[in-house]
Amino acid sequence: MTQMDLQPPDVAEPAATTPVIEMQDISITFGAVRALSGVGLRLFPGEVHALMGENGAGKSTMIKALTGVYTIDGGTIRVGGEEQHFSSPAAAQAAGISTVYQEVNLVPNLTVAENMLLGREPRRFGGIHVRAMNRRARETLDRLGIEVDPTSTLGEHPIAVQQLVAIARAVDVDARVLILDEPTSSLDADEVAKLFTVMRTLRSQGVAIVFVSHFLDQVYEIADRMTVLRNGRLVGERMVADTTQLELVQLMIGRELEVLERLDREVAATSARESGAPVMKALGLSRKGSLEAFDLELYDGEVVGIAGLLGSGRTEMARLLFGADTADHGELHIRSERRRLRSPRHAIDRKVAFSSENRRAEGVIEDLSVADNMLLALQASRGWLRPIPSGTRQRLVTEYIETLDIRPPDPQALMRNLSGGNQQKVLLARWLITQPEVLILDEPTRGIDIGAKAQIQQLVAELARRGMSVVFISAELEEVLRLSDRLVVMRDRRKIAERPNDDVSVGDLLEIIAGEARTQQEESRA
Amino acid sequence: MRKVLAHQLVWPVLALVVLLVINVVATPSFFDVRMQDGHLFGSLVDVLRNSAPVLLVALGMTLVIATRGIDLSVGAIAAIAGAVACTYIVGSDEGAAGTAIVASTTALGVCVLLGLWNGFLVAVLGIQPIIATLVLMVAGRGLAMLVTDGQITTVNNELFSDLASGFVLTLPVAMLVALLVFGLTALVTRRTALGMLIEAVGINPEASRLAGVRACTIIWTVYVFAALCAGLAGLIIAANTNSVNANSLGLWIELDAILAVVIGGTSLAGGRFSLTGTLVGALFITTLEKTIPNIGIPSEANYLFKAVVVVAVCLVQSPQARAALRVRRPAPLVAKAAVS
Repeated sequence: MTQMDLQPPDVAEPAATTPVIEMQDISITFGAVRALSGVGLRLFPGEVHALMGENGAGKSTMIKALTGVYTIDGGTIRVGGEEQHFSSPAAAQAAGISTVYQEVNLVPNLTVAENMLLGREPRRFGGIHVRAMNRRARETLDRLGIEVDPTSTLGEHPIAVQQLVAIARAVDVDARVLILDEPTSSLDADEVAKLFTVMRTLRSQGVAIVFVSHFLDQVYEIADRMTVLRNGRLVGERMVADTTQLELVQLMIGRELEVLERLDREVAATSARESGAPVMKALGLSRKGSLEAFDLELYDGEVVGIAGLLGSGRTEMARLLFGADTADHGELHIRSERRRLRSPRHAIDRKVAFSSENRRAEGVIEDLSVADNMLLALQASRGWLRPIPSGTRQRLVTEYIETLDIRPPDPQALMRNLSGGNQQKVLLARWLITQPEVLILDEPTRGIDIGAKAQIQQLVAELARRGMSVVFISAELEEVLRLSDRLVVMRDRRKIAERPNDDVSVGDLLEIIAGEARTQQEESRA
Repeated sequence: MRKVLAHQLVWPVLALVVLLVINVVATPSFFDVRMQDGHLFGSLVDVLRNSAPVLLVALGMTLVIATRGIDLSVGAIAAIAGAVACTYIVGSDEGAAGTAIVASTTALGVCVLLGLWNGFLVAVLGIQPIIATLVLMVAGRGLAMLVTDGQITTVNNELFSDLASGFVLTLPVAMLVALLVFGLTALVTRRTALGMLIEAVGINPEASRLAGVRACTIIWTVYVFAALCAGLAGLIIAANTNSVNANSLGLWIELDAILAVVIGGTSLAGGRFSLTGTLVGALFITTLEKTIPNIGIPSEANYLFKAVVVVAVCLVQSPQARAALRVRRPAPLVAKAAVS
């Protein structure tokens, strides 16, 4: 218990006087689990309101309560002063509350305009009035300053544009409230800037925006006020301008930032220890259309960080080293023996483990329990005829739930009911249980909160100290720099640089990537 | 009480009980079981005995469905098994016990080959299960006709016929065989890790592959198992009439089996499966077939009633219908439907 828990929730007064949304004393229970108890949210017209909290704090539940996906067990929801009971997302939408989720739920093979007006197309002579539809879509897009041709096919555009279209669709129904759930997680900096421009336009038009994001910098850039949740309870309501980032993080995780600071010191203590033969060595490994030939050596007790932009070939490299994709050319040596990895299974048998960046599609088995998910890789390598004895099973599961601080600490909980960060920890446990010598982590901290992130970083450092060879891939350069002994930089599906991590700064790293870009431009000009 | 209601087997069991009650009301002697010549007789025993083929086929089908697959060829495989066994018996020492054993073993061996074929198409070539098994569903009956020369082959072998109508320890052999297979399947899937791996493959094939699960082998295994079960069912059906008609043996049994699996609560989308549910489902279907004539409706109307059951099952599994009935299930189901 920290002191903070004893204080009553704070209140921050906004400029506008009457809230468009007022949620009071909301409680939701799933079975025996209290997902929310007595939380509230006040949303005023013309503000960007950040909903903050760790994974599992109740942010998603709160949003789903507001949009009628979940029915509330207690409390009241007022929209424009009137009490409302939404029985479905459609009912919430009719009341002017629109939501855009992290994954874009649109139809890629329809046009932008068709997507924006799907289900409410202007009609004429019993058919769709295509010209009117395109005109109306164009008006909405113009109003938001989004430059995209309404007659183009949605799937042709990058995910960021699709997201903007999703927002345009949401506000086209006269939204008074727009909820953006992790809208920036797959966008690059330019695209985030574009999104923020659109958000500012909407704010100036009096729309109330709920913004959920794990990126604190973004919250500070765009949000006016925020509501902080922790463990399904309301911690407080704050003005963003009056709260430092450190204070915010403390509110969210409810404990001092010691963890993170200690981590920095500990990691600094680990140093490169290239000695002996490499545990894994790639020579001219390549795969057509996926990755150009590269060399790479991995040593025991060393963290190799792979940096590069999205789509630079980071993931492709990891998949080749694990046999998730098979290489066309080149050699791979594990413990000085040449191996052909034709499937992940071959790699696992050679003590290589790989945690995919795509948690949902390539990691979790949603309908199985936490225990089954943890033991899957070990069980698979033992074969189905040799089930893990129940004693060992219990010991392993309890041990990892405890060490990795997995919540809820229930081995029988279904994987689908865990938050992203906890799912990630279960997947880490799945691989640690197989006692790998090489651990490849692709974006292990993406989309998870700062507390879990710190725990995972700490774990990586600890594993390397104990002699494991870790490959750490992340889009966050600071994170790569903090953890790695050696850096590999990728660009355009090529390995362009490798160097020891001795006082390399984010700027240096960016320069390597950008420098290469310059030479390429010069080449193409010549 | 809520916990009992939440259990997935509540609805199928309840439906079965309702059917039994209807039968008792129509024929008060329905539950009577007599002992005659050391054998048990009665309507209930009949239901148990008659449910053997469907139960067998449905057991195999459960595992196939759990891997996100489906096997439409089981009826044809049953016909082939019956055809091979009967043709062999007629062709050699017809009355001898040894003949029956060799005939049955040969038939089951053929079924393993057919299962390997199905598994090859699905697991190795990656053909959609419904198409892959459609091949054998259509071609299989032709194969069975080839084996029997298009004739209805009648056999006269006591041991073979005992497979359907014999009794051991006062109980019908067919029922014992089906329950034995049920028990073995339950044991193998739940005491080893096979069940969990099958579910993992069914829920998320790619994640399973990356975790090192040999999905290919597992999928192959379940198709072989399904074919083996179908073969056993075919033998029992043939033994019941002491003959094989390649055109009609096991016709549409795949649909009954799928229905049994679904009634038992295993989702056609793959993943978690319930063998006990399948057992209840198979019993339900057989009881239904018995109930229709028992309450004075011509048995041709069977299909109509099965259709009603299908509709009912669909309704029970539909999130919208559940919401309307206020069956308390928190919203994830609805949310999923809204997203997809």
